[in-house]
Amino acid sequence: MTDVEFLLWVRGPAFDIATIILCAGIVVRLLEIFLMGRKPDFAEPRGSAMAGGMRTVFHRTLPDPGTLKRSSFTIITGWVFHIGLFVIIFLFVPHILVFERALGVGWPGLPSNIVDAVTVVTIIALLAVLIHRLRDPVLRLLSEFNDYLVWAVTTLPVITGWLAFHRVGAAPPALIGIHILSVELLMVLFPFTKLSHAFTLWIARWYNGAIAGYKGIKS
Amino acid sequence: MKKDQTLGEALRSRGISRRSFLKFCATTASMMALPPSMIPVIAETLEKMRRPSVIWLSFQECTGCTESITRSNSATIEDLIFNVISLDYHHTLQAASGEAAEAARKAAMEENWGKYLVVVDGSIPTGNPGFSTIAGISNVDMLAETVKGAAAIVAVGTCASFGGIPKADPNPTGAVSVSDLVTDKPIINVPGCPPIPVVITGVLVQFLTFGLPELDSLSRPKAFYGQSIHDRCYRRPFYDKGLFAESFDDEGAKKGWCLYKLGCKGPTTYNACATAKWNDGTSFPIEAGHPCLGCSEPDFWDGGGFYKSISTPTGDIGRNAVYAAGAGLLAGAAIGGVLHARKQAAVRKHQRATIDDLGEES
Amino acid sequence: MEKIEAVSITVEGRGASRAPVSGCSSPSVPTGNLIPLLHEIRHALKRWLDEGQTHVIDLRTIPMSPGEEQRLLEVLGDGEVRADLAALGSSEVMETAFPGVWLVTHHNDDGVLVGRFIEICHIPDILKSQAEDAAIALQRLDDLLSNAETTV
Repeated sequence: MTDVEFLLWVRGPAFDIATIILCAGIVVRLLEIFLMGRKPDFAEPRGSAMAGGMRTVFHRTLPDPGTLKRSSFTIITGWVFHIGLFVIIFLFVPHILVFERALGVGWPGLPSNIVDAVTVVTIIALLAVLIHRLRDPVLRLLSEFNDYLVWAVTTLPVITGWLAFHRVGAAPPALIGIHILSVELLMVLFPFTKLSHAFTLWIARWYNGAIAGYKGIKS
Repeated sequence: MKKDQTLGEALRSRGISRRSFLKFCATTASMMALPPSMIPVIAETLEKMRRPSVIWLSFQECTGCTESITRSNSATIEDLIFNVISLDYHHTLQAASGEAAEAARKAAMEENWGKYLVVVDGSIPTGNPGFSTIAGISNVDMLAETVKGAAAIVAVGTCASFGGIPKADPNPTGAVSVSDLVTDKPIINVPGCPPIPVVITGVLVQFLTFGLPELDSLSRPKAFYGQSIHDRCYRRPFYDKGLFAESFDDEGAKKGWCLYKLGCKGPTTYNACATAKWNDGTSFPIEAGHPCLGCSEPDFWDGGGFYKSISTPTGDIGRNAVYAAGAGLLAGAAIGGVLHARKQAAVRKHQRATIDDLGEES
Repeated sequence: MEKIEAVSITVEGRGASRAPVSGCSSPSVPTGNLIPLLHEIRHALKRWLDEGQTHVIDLRTIPMSPGEEQRLLEVLGDGEVRADLAALGSSEVMETAFPGVWLVTHHNDDGVLVGRFIEICHIPDILKSQAEDAAIALQRLDDLLSNAETTV
């Protein structure tokens, strides 16, 4: 298969398959969560579950002081690479074009050289969290194959994307093809691994806040 | 013109001085992007060369490639035909000659067996041999017969190199490229729709002077196809800074910003357009404000649309997502229902959650 | 525009109406090749003076926006020698305002520009008479003289 054929395949049938698995997967996972239901609380409500839930959804974005002091490295590098990923995925013009294709609307992006700098910082942060996970004895004990898989599947698109933008390492059509393929891998694994936190965390936060709100305590 | 004359002798016997010949060598070297130090080498090689026989086969094509080469101003087609090569067969240019043209082709093949050059433009239909014939002979047969004694084949244009327009979906004629049919002779692909005139003549002259040039993985001469349009584009600084034209004739387009968003295939296209340009260096599509079509690459007609940028997938994302969500609803409802029932059963039996349950990933 | 003003050269002479090799194009972005090119010419001239080594620069292979090439030709200017050739189309060989630096321009039969070179040498080779051509000339003279003797 030539570079060009490979690129056309990843942009064509492979992306169709990945999209289907991603969308179907997210819907299935969400339904699984909601249909499982929660244990009904038969006590009299003493506050608003909704208000408590909504408050936690936003409030838990910031870490509480104790956690921040205890795990400052994890929290700070976590923030760095999450913001970096947001900038790369949603503010880089070639990526915005993909969303425009899917949603029908686009939005302005950042200058590409700024995204390039952000990408380098993101890669460094991602490498730092991996090294931290390998060196910290507790984390090392707790870590399983899935944790490393999820790290790899997230980091690979960032690195291959950087290489594709700078056109180093192989012929440009192959570089772009490999990058898109790595994103498709991420898409396929997204609903079925820890990566699903992207859409489940809002539900989890709401539930936690709702429990407290229902009981009439601050969430 | 006597066939056993060297090129130098042939030129002088036509009244073309050696000074004129040196001028031809200098401008040819320039056109082939060779350094001036190569001019004496070219002069010496061409001087002693015997005029090679060239058989030009035109198959399923639009004649754009022949038109392109006749527009070449360096080594004009007349220069090539009369001076450098012996163009023994070209059915479009010889159309008026009828049977005599076919006889000339056979004679040229016999006399120069093993040494003649075959130039092909147009794709070859394999669906039904009758789709494209010359003098009653199908393209497939004529190609097979003619390449038997050829020294090399030059596939001019994207149709001959990769299949081109006829091969585009749904390929009603079963069109294939020269490389798909010929596997035992050296092939040089000179793609483009059409190729730049000076590239066609440059490759021919380069081959005739120095033999097979260095080829890339798609058998294209690296001298002309070694750089992508993107890497030589004068609008590259705008790409690097993220300044793109959003539509044709908007402010960005007027300022000459990058055409990536309008579907430019420059990043994945290899050709000499950005440096050699068209119409003797006047301009090229991007400079004229139109995104590169990628016309020197295989399957550029089926590459997902000329105005869809290369970062976008070619399928219908929206439709796929909706269908997938629909399927997901059905599957999710079923699975969710089963899980819910299982949970209700566990609650009824007062089963307790264990540490293993908590350890499950999904 | 290029910062050529640092070089103080009076531009006189016929101030060429020579068209640059690359035709008109869109808003030109100066490539900044003018000064490096002049440096290359300067070094080649010195080498020729010291060692007798000639040098040829093919202007067609150097990317320059149209304004820049025009500027280069203006800076080089016109010198004392100008020769017009009629060989497979017209050509012009000219010593620039800098002796030792020659400008050779080639056109084809249709008058289209097909080559432009800067040569640093005694005299461009294309001006010299070629031995092969002279050999044919000798033959023609012999024929002419033998005919003349019989007819006179």
